[in-house]
Amino acid sequence: MEWIALGTLEDIPAGGGRYVDTLAGQIAVLRNEKDEVFAVSNQCPHRGGPLSEGFVSGNRVFCPLHNWQIDLEKGEAVAPDSGCVKRFPIRREGDEIWLGLEEMTR
Amino acid sequence: MHSLTTVSPKPRLVVVGNGMAGIRAVEELLKMAPDLYDISVFGAEPHPNYNRILLTPVLAGEMSLEETILNPLDWYAEHGIQLYTGNPVTQIDRVKRQIVTADGTTTPYDRLLLATGAAAAIAPVPGNHLSGVLSYRDMADVEALTRSSALGGQAVVIGGGLLGLEVAHGLRARGMEVTVIHRRAWPLDKQLDQRGGVLLQKAMEARGVRFLLGKETAEILGTQHVTGLRFTDGSEIPADVLVMTIGIKPRIELAQAAGLQCETGILVNDTLQTYDPRIYAVGECVQHRGQTYGLVAPLFEQAKVAANHLAEYGRMLYQGSVTSTKLKVTGIELFSAGNFMGGEDYEEVTLLDGSQGVYKKVILQENKVVGGLLYGDTSIGPWLFQLMRDGTDVSAFRDNIVFGETHLGDSGHAGENQASRLPDNAEICGCNGIAKGSIVKAIREQGLFTLDDVRKCTKASASCGSCTGLVEQLLASTLGGFYDSTPKKKALCACTDLSHQELRDAIIAEKLFSVRQVFDYLDWRHPGGCSTCRPAVNYYVRTAWPAHGLDDPQSRFINERAHANIQKDGTYSVIPRIYGGVTSPAELKRIAEVAERHHVPMVKFTGGQRLDLLGVKKEALPQIWAELDMPSGHAYGKALRTVKSCVGSEFCRFGVQDSTRLAIELEKSLERMWAPHKVKLAASGCPRNCAESTIKDVGVIGVDSGWEIYVGGNGGMKVRAADLLCKVKTHAEVLEMAKAFLQMYREDAQYLERTAPWVERIGLEQIKATIVDDANTRKALAERLDFALSQEKDPWKEAVSGRLDIHAAPMRRIPV
Repeated sequence: MEWIALGTLEDIPAGGGRYVDTLAGQIAVLRNEKDEVFAVSNQCPHRGGPLSEGFVSGNRVFCPLHNWQIDLEKGEAVAPDSGCVKRFPIRREGDEIWLGLEEMTR
Repeated sequence: MHSLTTVSPKPRLVVVGNGMAGIRAVEELLKMAPDLYDISVFGAEPHPNYNRILLTPVLAGEMSLEETILNPLDWYAEHGIQLYTGNPVTQIDRVKRQIVTADGTTTPYDRLLLATGAAAAIAPVPGNHLSGVLSYRDMADVEALTRSSALGGQAVVIGGGLLGLEVAHGLRARGMEVTVIHRRAWPLDKQLDQRGGVLLQKAMEARGVRFLLGKETAEILGTQHVTGLRFTDGSEIPADVLVMTIGIKPRIELAQAAGLQCETGILVNDTLQTYDPRIYAVGECVQHRGQTYGLVAPLFEQAKVAANHLAEYGRMLYQGSVTSTKLKVTGIELFSAGNFMGGEDYEEVTLLDGSQGVYKKVILQENKVVGGLLYGDTSIGPWLFQLMRDGTDVSAFRDNIVFGETHLGDSGHAGENQASRLPDNAEICGCNGIAKGSIVKAIREQGLFTLDDVRKCTKASASCGSCTGLVEQLLASTLGGFYDSTPKKKALCACTDLSHQELRDAIIAEKLFSVRQVFDYLDWRHPGGCSTCRPAVNYYVRTAWPAHGLDDPQSRFINERAHANIQKDGTYSVIPRIYGGVTSPAELKRIAEVAERHHVPMVKFTGGQRLDLLGVKKEALPQIWAELDMPSGHAYGKALRTVKSCVGSEFCRFGVQDSTRLAIELEKSLERMWAPHKVKLAASGCPRNCAESTIKDVGVIGVDSGWEIYVGGNGGMKVRAADLLCKVKTHAEVLEMAKAFLQMYREDAQYLERTAPWVERIGLEQIKATIVDDANTRKALAERLDFALSQEKDPWKEAVSGRLDIHAAPMRRIPV
């Protein structure tokens, strides 16, 4: 596991998200109203919508394309929909945000 | 606000009544304040809460008791609720604040919720105590009826109302000879007029149920067990089982004995509070504003309001329910609502097809639906009920009203009817691909009652909403009997109980200037909101406070945040503003060069006469905007889109007015206008109407003497021809009138409600009275819009200059 500095909390709008480009595709970095930060692959399991552009509330993100809801703690779509998104670990040092990637992902 | 939570131990809430109303109130309370109370529930029946609506399928042998359970015992345990079944409460001691049960134990309370329901009314005739004389209210009655019917023989049902007919149907299905006695000249006289009653009687007779009408019972015969009955005219009939379904009587004895004020039911105010402020009451035992209710939807509405006050939110008021009923006995379809009899001050629209067994009657007063009944084909029921509840002006389509929405130029599938006759594999929800069978299954197996339940469980009708009518029909036909299509007031979303209007009022009254303040101050259930409420609240805040209200980009849909239209592959489309659709060779060249330089995959003319550059990556947006150096076309927003125009008098040999110039003036004075939904305009230079002004939110048509202004048209999902608002002479008058109309729409319509349904909902007359007849109001509205627009800047210029960050670039690139 390698930890990569992404920036600070202020770089991510509260209740929304940003995306990170990697060689293995985009990762959504999302911040909720309680300033908790989550990272998941930036593709809704439904039709691949960019989750970084969705509404974030509590532990959920609402996909901007067809409003699927994804549980960010489980990395799963909320019933009645079903599907998974890959989760990535986030480490916080003060306001700094670090993203954990496996060697392979780089 | 939650002062009681600080007191230790927790305050005690005692619920008397373990039925649908009481437990629904507990469920609503747990949603709002899960840990506020220690809750105990006392039920007279030995079962956990079951679905009383399903008594008839159980009686008819189609379902078992277990299948009707709504809250199994585990549910009570999971939520830490003490449940005492089979132990009726005998006394309320308001001084000591405790209740006493049949076995003498006492339980103290801090808050008491009465949900004692109703009992069957028993006719005060000799012999009403004999064995074999039964009622039809609860599972015990169903069990007694099932036992009695096993012996076969003659069943007599006294009372030809909804319950009477259902029990007659159930007993007939169990093989008994059944006769229904009714004192009126036709059955179901509370829901049907004579014509409908006769049709229903014939249909029931064809199924083997006999009727004796206009008969009054004098005496029930028998020594121990019922053997028959005698009528006031001296005639007699034999009976082995006798069921009384002459009505229900709210159970008020307990409340009355405790000194709570009662009339027919326990009197409550708009917060469902009784005369003792510690005691609330909900359900069939309640009398509110002189009304008692026996249908499930009003009870659920009451439960929600009572729970809101028990949770100490103190925000909701119950203002009574408009109800409709729908009976379904083996394929007999019936719907009735409001005043279905009509009378001197009313007008009737009827359709009678005797051979098909179809009868429809709609009662109107001043062009508004005040009631109706449908027999044989009830497919337009939910729509009719909606018209009635909303008080919609129906003058435009009253000729066709009995045929339903499908005959109103509906090119979509919103009003498609006869859902119950579709096969199970028929697709109901085209957005989510949900078939009829899975919806019906979910309603049955998961105990769903409302449209919201269905949306949450199956996703049907949760996207574009055009199948809502169909889903409501499926709810009605699956739940049968006592389904009441929709609650009167619709909450904005699951995050709050407030309706759109209550929310708008609160934003103004409480001076709430941001989405965050709204969520905090109004106790939002999810502090981060959801995809439904965030954009709506942001719009309401900005409309109420154009200068001071905070525009929160994170509470806008992606399109309005990126100021471009997201496409299926996550790329965006760019549509610059071209006023009135009039461009120049230089502008066209610039657009073409930008498209070439950025390898834009597709360049297309839009339906609104503009140019669309499709397939642009988010990262490239600011650069493209900078190179175009044109204002945003707002083609991505709930905002003013385009003003379409025809050539007009400048070149066209037919043109009588300069439509291109007016279109440019309109677009320049309305650009950057946010609205509840997208807004499209058009200007045509002569009555040939080449710009299609009559299917636009606001459309103008040039005539020799000036301009005709049309409003509320729509050409999309549901076609609607616009209404003529007025005729004016000058461009300035057109501009002021259009501004006043649009500002009225902005201030009054619900978020995501387009002008077409809005105009239908509030009626053209009200709009005319406000902005055509009243010059002062018109001027004030136009000025308010001008002020709001003066606060808006061009978002593309803001982004190019760095004042607006649309987060186009990635947060980081790995590897860098």
